[in-house]
Amino acid sequence: MKTLLTVIFSLYAVTCSASGKTELMHANIDLSDNTSLKRGAEHYVTYCLGCHSAKHIRYLRIAEDLELNEDVVLNDIAPVGASIYDSMISAMDKHDSNIWFGTVPPDLSLIARSRGSDWLYTYLKSFYRDDTKTHGTNNALFKDVGMPNVLWRLQGEQVPHYTLEGENQVISSLSLERPGELSVSEFDLVVTDLVNFLEYVGEPAQLKRQQMGKYVLFFILIIGFLGYLLKKEYWKDIH
Amino acid sequence: MNSPRLNNFVNWILARFPLTKVWNEHLAEYYAPKNFNFWYFFGSLALLVLVNQFATGIMLTINYKPDAALAFDSVEYIMRDVNWGWLIRYMHSTGASAFFIVVYLHMFRGLLYGSFKKPRELVWIFGMLIYVCLMAEAFMGYLLPWGQMSYWGAQVIISLFSAIPIIGEDLSLWIRGDYVVADATLNRFFAFHVAAIPLVLVLLVFLHIVALHQVGSNNPDGIEIKENKGPDGIPVDGIPFHPYYTVKDIVGVSVFIFFFAVVLFYMPELEGYFLEHANFIPADPLQTPEHIAPLWYFTPFYAILRAVPDKFAGVLAMGGAIFVLFLLPWLDTVKVKSIRYRGGIYKKALLLFVISFFGLGYLGMQPPTPSATIAARLLTVIYFSFFLLMPIYTRWEKFKTVPKRLTSNDSLMNKIPLIKQVVSEITQDTVVTTKSGKTLHLKTPNPKGLRNASVDLAKKMKDSLD
Amino acid sequence: MNSSGVDKKRRQFLTNALTVVGAVGTGFVAVPFISQMQPSVKAKATGAPVQVNLSKLETGQLIRVEWRGKPVWILNRTKAILSTLAPLESELSDPNSTESIQPLAAKNQARSLKPELFVAIGLCTHLGCSPTYRPEVAPTDLGKDWQGGFFCPCHGSKFDIAGRVYSSMPAPTNLEIPPYRYIDENTIIIGENA
Repeated sequence: MKTLLTVIFSLYAVTCSASGKTELMHANIDLSDNTSLKRGAEHYVTYCLGCHSAKHIRYLRIAEDLELNEDVVLNDIAPVGASIYDSMISAMDKHDSNIWFGTVPPDLSLIARSRGSDWLYTYLKSFYRDDTKTHGTNNALFKDVGMPNVLWRLQGEQVPHYTLEGENQVISSLSLERPGELSVSEFDLVVTDLVNFLEYVGEPAQLKRQQMGKYVLFFILIIGFLGYLLKKEYWKDIH
Repeated sequence: MNSPRLNNFVNWILARFPLTKVWNEHLAEYYAPKNFNFWYFFGSLALLVLVNQFATGIMLTINYKPDAALAFDSVEYIMRDVNWGWLIRYMHSTGASAFFIVVYLHMFRGLLYGSFKKPRELVWIFGMLIYVCLMAEAFMGYLLPWGQMSYWGAQVIISLFSAIPIIGEDLSLWIRGDYVVADATLNRFFAFHVAAIPLVLVLLVFLHIVALHQVGSNNPDGIEIKENKGPDGIPVDGIPFHPYYTVKDIVGVSVFIFFFAVVLFYMPELEGYFLEHANFIPADPLQTPEHIAPLWYFTPFYAILRAVPDKFAGVLAMGGAIFVLFLLPWLDTVKVKSIRYRGGIYKKALLLFVISFFGLGYLGMQPPTPSATIAARLLTVIYFSFFLLMPIYTRWEKFKTVPKRLTSNDSLMNKIPLIKQVVSEITQDTVVTTKSGKTLHLKTPNPKGLRNASVDLAKKMKDSLD
Repeated sequence: MNSSGVDKKRRQFLTNALTVVGAVGTGFVAVPFISQMQPSVKAKATGAPVQVNLSKLETGQLIRVEWRGKPVWILNRTKAILSTLAPLESELSDPNSTESIQPLAAKNQARSLKPELFVAIGLCTHLGCSPTYRPEVAPTDLGKDWQGGFFCPCHGSKFDIAGRVYSSMPAPTNLEIPPYRYIDENTIIIGENA
């Protein structure tokens, strides 16, 4: 019994020491909100597609899933000259990007699946001014990230506030020093739409999958119910 | 149905193929003990999952490309462009984890009721071989999506072989076919995953069932029903597998596929336990993910590997943790099979083993901090002690009398009065008057009753360990 | 076991009900498995309509473009060869293209939207080989009656210059005309109807 207690105690200790990560903000996204997804797609093409492809999604698929006319997608979302059958491919040259950012910006088709929507939401809101960096910005969630704050015009400039945690200076909060073109709530909506779109791009079938689920479960319940009655009936033989 | 033409056709077949014989021997006249309980669903469920893996797996190979440059994108192609590809892929990925859940429960049933003991040693050995094949199958299949976890997981596990003295380096090189995990590795793992191992698996499943039907099924009482036959030569406590257990399995199957569908349609990643998040990043041989862990079904053995401070010894310990299961029929020589009639020592030992297995499984997912390593070492000792000290601690075991005939199972219906009684004990009726003047009779938790009930429960649990 | 007093009717009813529901369920499960072998969205995207610029197409010249992975011929026919169409009709199997596949607007003698420009899928309607373009008149291998047209090397089917099949040939119908339309004087788009 003593060994048992020791084990449980040490397991508990392990769990506790494992915590202590940065709190993530919650992204209030809704995959069934097609207008939000459309705005997100427009933001993506405006602010992200310059560097980041999302090669696993086609404009045609966006038109189908968001219930948009193909011409609307070509006019409002896709860059000039794109075909409805094209994937979201960035025009940036890989060689150039290696020189500019020291890395090739990753494809974002699956970023929401590897990072999660809350992480993306927090990340996009965690840029702050850092004059030691070549791009003039740094990120509180993803330290020393190679990406500049592409939304700075909308968001404005944030500055960090530090607290002392043990020996190290740790960023405790960010505050807006110079406002951007949008108010805080307007900017939050832009980020939410963008994250919503990335979540959708991560798994376009997601909504359909969840909608189908309830019918499948209902059908299985019927089978189970009939099966149970049949089992009861047959097992009357067994004493 | 009874047209002479059809009869002729049936007779033509039967003269050439023993269809009725097979049907009778394995279903209609295969007599199974009548007291199978919850734990006896998992054999047929394992077969169901195997069929699922075959059907969906073949469908996936139609669109998958085993090429390092194309594999990752071809999986996303299946997820997006292939009609229903997402469903088939999720059925396969969820099926992989479901397979291990079902098989672990199936194996645990063996530990509970002594199903590995004489005369079922071979059934157990074939079952263990299936389990080992399944691990190889799962490991190789996990490389195929060619994500970061696929890549680095394979890199780590194949490197284990390099720990073997003298031949190790050459062996791991031979397995990979390259100096690191690369296109060659992916290609050969694909071949093994979709052709070689499945063939062996089917053969082993066949042998497992043939061996089982030779000796007959064990049961929760651990009594041989064949020792008590009626005048017609049929075991008195046996019932034909078909229709009684086939209809019962339909119920088990529907409950299982209900849970399966919940995961599949609402949480196919299951918080990263069934599909790891980092595996949605394409394999990058230049950068290891921050934290790599195998999928949950390997983590107990992974934790054992990490717990041992020496590379080769760690590999031996990990292999030993699986190998020791093969020896079980000869480690546990106690004649009494079922846990129902075994002594408190075995019950406590089994409980400790379960705790160590879950604990190691949890630790295998966590980063190796110093305190975690100490915990893992302790649990590893418990894991091995359960098996290796078995010949010693079972000597002091005090058994209960094993009945001559099967005892009947409490059905859920019989338990209803008991449940009602417990509910009435832990709740109290309170009358609440709402603002609109209505009076409501509510059941609210009764703290005193709740305390009594939990004390009772704890007492019962303690008693059941003796 | 005790089989007396068993409600056989109920047992049979439940068995039947479960069989029916089970069969329906199996049907549902079969749909994804069968449907996943259909052309994927990617295959459909590569099967997208194709634009062709005709400004450099000389008289008598045949070019091949790929649409849905199939060869599509675009042939600029001369007035002279078009005049052979009417006299040939008695030798053809389906001169009015009633049994053949073409857009409604191309269901005419020349089997085209504009008489000179012939657009067709270059696959024999017999077993899918691609016929060769034989514009010369009366070559030795095709006989002195040959007015120019298409000849399938696999099984010897002969077609006239409008892709109409001669009588008693292995090919059952005329060559298929894909949907196409003119965007402007010199550009057509294959895969979209007018």
